[in-house]
Amino acid sequence: MSARGDERLAEQAPDERLLSGSGIRSLFEGFVARIRGGDLGALPVVLGIIVIWTVFQLLNPVFLSSENLVNLTMQCAAIGTIALGVVVVLLVGEIDLSVGSVSGLAAAVLAVTFVQMQWNLVLSILAALAIGGLVGLVYGYLFTRFGLPSFVITLAGLLGFLGLQLWVLGETGSIAIPFDSWIVQFAQQMFLPPWAAYALAAASVGVYAWSRVRHAQRRAAANLVSQSYAAIAVRSGVMLAFLVAAIWYLSLDRGIGVMFLFFLALVVVMNFVLTRTRWGRSVYAVGGSVEAARRAGIRVDRVYLSVFVLCSTLAAAGGILAAARLASANQSSGTGDVNLNAIAAAVIGGTSLFGGRGSAFSALVGIVVIQSISSGLTLLNLDSSVQFMVTGVVLVLAVIVDSLSRRTRAATGRA
Amino acid sequence: MTHPRTGRPRERVLTMRGIGKRFGAVKALTDVDFWVNEGEVVALVGDNGAGKSTLVKVLAGVHPPDAGTIEFDGEPVDIPSPADAQELGIETIFQDLALCDNLDVVANLWLGRELRDGATLDEVDMEQRTWTLLRELSAKIPSVRVPVASLSGGQRQTVAIARSLIGEPRVVILDEPTAALGVAQTAEVLNLIERLRERGHGVILISHNMADVLAVADRVVVLRLGRNNGVYNVADVTSETLIAAITGAVDHSSGRWAPPAATSSATPAAAPVRAAPEPAASDLPHVEPEPDDDIGGTVIRMPRTGSRRLPREDGRR
Repeated sequence: MSARGDERLAEQAPDERLLSGSGIRSLFEGFVARIRGGDLGALPVVLGIIVIWTVFQLLNPVFLSSENLVNLTMQCAAIGTIALGVVVVLLVGEIDLSVGSVSGLAAAVLAVTFVQMQWNLVLSILAALAIGGLVGLVYGYLFTRFGLPSFVITLAGLLGFLGLQLWVLGETGSIAIPFDSWIVQFAQQMFLPPWAAYALAAASVGVYAWSRVRHAQRRAAANLVSQSYAAIAVRSGVMLAFLVAAIWYLSLDRGIGVMFLFFLALVVVMNFVLTRTRWGRSVYAVGGSVEAARRAGIRVDRVYLSVFVLCSTLAAAGGILAAARLASANQSSGTGDVNLNAIAAAVIGGTSLFGGRGSAFSALVGIVVIQSISSGLTLLNLDSSVQFMVTGVVLVLAVIVDSLSRRTRAATGRA
Repeated sequence: MTHPRTGRPRERVLTMRGIGKRFGAVKALTDVDFWVNEGEVVALVGDNGAGKSTLVKVLAGVHPPDAGTIEFDGEPVDIPSPADAQELGIETIFQDLALCDNLDVVANLWLGRELRDGATLDEVDMEQRTWTLLRELSAKIPSVRVPVASLSGGQRQTVAIARSLIGEPRVVILDEPTAALGVAQTAEVLNLIERLRERGHGVILISHNMADVLAVADRVVVLRLGRNNGVYNVADVTSETLIAAITGAVDHSSGRWAPPAATSSATPAAAPVRAAPEPAASDLPHVEPEPDDDIGGTVIRMPRTGSRRLPREDGRR
């Protein structure tokens, strides 16, 4: 098979037809060209965060206090985890409307098995996650076997699993999870000490820089255009400075919550899996063109199945985190705005509703936007009516940005 | 195995004999013979509904034939599914190209066959081999890291063709590769087809464009109403003759296409057969076995073994 594997082109000069060069200047130029071409990436949402934070800070100086920001991070983790699953489903061009119900069901399963049935906590958590996985399996089966639209399947799931959640909770309706259980501690009380946070940040940036350098070396050895060391240094430096500043500021209060860290780790791992593995590549391919993916020999059905399972499992994980943070599971767990906030976060973060475009990080930035709005409006003593309306407007804005950038991409040939 | 086939003589890769296929009451193919040699570009022409696509789909494993035999490298084979076709080494590039617009050139080229370094994708190796392949094809792609959506029609065709070569196929089938392209891009794709021939792939080219066919093909197979209607050597055929054969003004179909074994031992296979000059020849009966002079082109019979240009049997049999 490996036809020309050992045939290295000996004198392969960097190709003059290559669009992008290397070096900091071309890095910047490439960035500008991408933005102009409508390939906005995370730019609109980052700008959005800046605007939102500025406005709320002007309205209420408490907003950007480290105490409030710490709260913000802790609020992000649960729904952010759910949004991460939604991102993956959106990447294949499908949707899961039932993530809220599934998260509520998982919370109910956790509470009932752990508190009422006295299971081991780890076992309870695994059971709750397994329920999520099972739900995804059912969705995937219905989708691939009968070709039902995911919209309909998961709409049915939204109702059905809400019912199941109520049934699992039974008469009591609300179950408190003991405060001294480690899952509640994990979600409420555990914070990284500043030194550990700094060490972790330094280590992460170190690993990042090292992997970039190694990659650049391999590319240079293969005579491919590679990132310059200066560019890597700049990127890593900016990253390190941002992380250190963030840790310093948050550490003025309680610091970095372990639950938030868990969410961050999930995002990073998901990003790695999506961009660096065959499975991730096939997810993007299916989202781009199912037919092309099928003809390329990708087992499309398996991709769909795995994506639905992953989404529902992450929804269950989000439900567990939410229950742990509230130290209870009740009939309203996972209802109300959880569902749409998770989907809105994915879309606001820049994952296209049309499939094939987006990244794991959109769950992170999207949820930060949504929780910022929610937190800011709460600080202003505006009730949930305003909150819903503002979130709705932001969602529409985000989709407008998505549509406009799609159009620009099509016009400039980057669609 | 850089170029596994360049050193060897041009051997027959694929032979189809007496292929028949019906869809309900419609006889899409009747007793069609077809063959491809290594490093040979065979154009498959015919009007709409002549059976070109059906024949190609039989090869691609989309429709199994109802009748006839397929030999690949001299071995009789069945091609029940597209995966089997690929496994044999038959790659088909359909008109829609089936590229993922959101992925870049490298990702599209290696889709479903990604090289891995442990559990992760080996992007460096894939990109390097992509460049190697594209250079070999003298392809003009501005960057292999741009989404395929940003490429021109000819470049997309190039990517699709390059992708089909990843598995080192023996036969590459191109379905109307120049249909939607401008002049320069058509030239680019024709150039690419030349490269494919140089690399030793057997190429089957479906086209409606006689200029393209005459420019790049070695041999032209005309189908009409699901039957063979002549096989011509491009060196001595004009586009008028081809069009006459396509439209049915010339009929080579019935009598002449007796099973090749029946006559090929007696006469040289490349018996020039007369193609009637005028559409008025409709009163000519189909049976016209004797070769005589002709103004149009050379109709070739299926030879037993292949040679690059003219299937002259020089004692090798």
